[in-house]
Amino acid sequence: MLKHHEKLEKNSILLLVCTVIVISIGGIIEILPLFRMETTIEPVKGIRPYTPLELAGYNVYIREGCYNCHSQQIRPLRDEVERYGHYSLAAESMYDHPFQWGSKRTGPDLARVGGKYSDEWHIQHMIDPRVLVPESIMPAYPHLMTRVANLGNAGDDLSALKMVGVPYSDEMIGNASQDGYAQAEAESDFHDGLYERYGDKVNARNFDGQNVTTEMDALIAYLQVLGTMAELKDYKPAPATGGTE
Amino acid sequence: MKTENRQVDEITGTETTGHEWDGITELDTPMPRWWLIVFYVTIIWSIGYWFYYPTWPTFSGEGERGGTVGSAEWTQYKQLEDQQAEIMAVRAQYQQQFESASFSDVQSDETLYAYAIAGGKSAFGDNCATCHGTGGAGAPGYPNLNDDDWLWGGSVDDIYQTLRYGIRSNHPETRFAEMPAFGEMLSTDEVSSIAAYLVEEDASNVSVGATLYEENCAVCHGDTGMGGQDFGAPNLRDAIWFYGGSKAEIELQIKKPKHGVMPAWEDRLSESTLRQLTIYVHSLGGGQ
Repeated sequence: MLKHHEKLEKNSILLLVCTVIVISIGGIIEILPLFRMETTIEPVKGIRPYTPLELAGYNVYIREGCYNCHSQQIRPLRDEVERYGHYSLAAESMYDHPFQWGSKRTGPDLARVGGKYSDEWHIQHMIDPRVLVPESIMPAYPHLMTRVANLGNAGDDLSALKMVGVPYSDEMIGNASQDGYAQAEAESDFHDGLYERYGDKVNARNFDGQNVTTEMDALIAYLQVLGTMAELKDYKPAPATGGTE
Repeated sequence: MKTENRQVDEITGTETTGHEWDGITELDTPMPRWWLIVFYVTIIWSIGYWFYYPTWPTFSGEGERGGTVGSAEWTQYKQLEDQQAEIMAVRAQYQQQFESASFSDVQSDETLYAYAIAGGKSAFGDNCATCHGTGGAGAPGYPNLNDDDWLWGGSVDDIYQTLRYGIRSNHPETRFAEMPAFGEMLSTDEVSSIAAYLVEEDASNVSVGATLYEENCAVCHGDTGMGGQDFGAPNLRDAIWFYGGSKAEIELQIKKPKHGVMPAWEDRLSESTLRQLTIYVHSLGGGQ
């Protein structure tokens, strides 16, 4: 092989081609498994796309940079499962674009925070975290109480996500704003439609206790659904052999 | 590489590469032998690794994530199970006894009690401390668990029920009661005189307040204001005020009451964790 090395060194085109081949090996190894993406998502019941209000909350979550301090990924390690509950499944974040796994836990993991605290707790904690958790270093987000949730163009949000594979129906997209506002009402004529499209388990209530649908409503609706969709009681991890059926 | 120009350098005794630039030649010093041996061993090691662990993605998708399985049949879920089995083996000697023992059995057995307290304390830190405080001292709107003032009862059975089903939670068995908004039924003066009756015993409208109290509040909070645990109605005759004890704060609560929510923990925590927590919370100081 050393015999031919001179050819390689003295022929720039050949060197270029061979360099590209060598470098692409790493790329191919990273890209190829993605063609079998569906095998990486475990079958688990109950996962649905976010409702428009939850999606608005998800957008607030990203805008405020919550992911900088909070992960949404419970790893299958004993101490994490003990503290946060069942480890996260790929299916649970398959409708997140982008996913919110995060890479740093300054605050606790939020993958299963849904239902863990009351709405009132979230409001107080968002307005001033130190009132409830004196040792907390989380910034305060009182402005969420006064900023109106961005639901007017919720349909556009949904159709954008549909383009990248989230199964929103035309009916969901058409009724997006209406569903969004209805979910933040304690009682509404539009609840039936909301339940019909997103399931009976959707939390529909006035999350922040105010008459206006604020970003606080949206964010709490999002937080309260995190980790609660999957029916984990029926879930068994696939064995080492035997495929993923 | 041309080998014909290679020469042995006299000073070092090492071969040159055979290249020459304006009379300058380059030594071809070999890699240290130990380094080369380690390098080749790691390559051989990695081959063994490929066969032992799931490594290669395949299109047939035999493995857990559509790849080769590996002779160890290792998965991260099995590893988790093993880790959990390991800790359960350590706990087993207490756990079995604990599961079959009643609350009073646990409380009278020193070892089981210590076991329950240790487990309960750990679960409390993860799940309860965010509202009730690390030491259970509570926060405005979240009860102090160290005192003997209980909204829904402080016996082990009461605590267990509260923990399991929650208060105003979305569980069908939840404890539930809601104080009506008296701001819609009574005038501001009337509300004010009830608050006066409760905190300012020398105010002029106390007797009016007392009558109004009897008509409106006594059903749940009791004739003497000692509270009613069946309805989660707080004791109004002690110095503990859930939403603040000033007259203004009390008036606010009468007009438009706040209602705290405690989540149901049945689905989130195991039965024995719930029982350990019950015993721990009961032990905090106020258990009845």
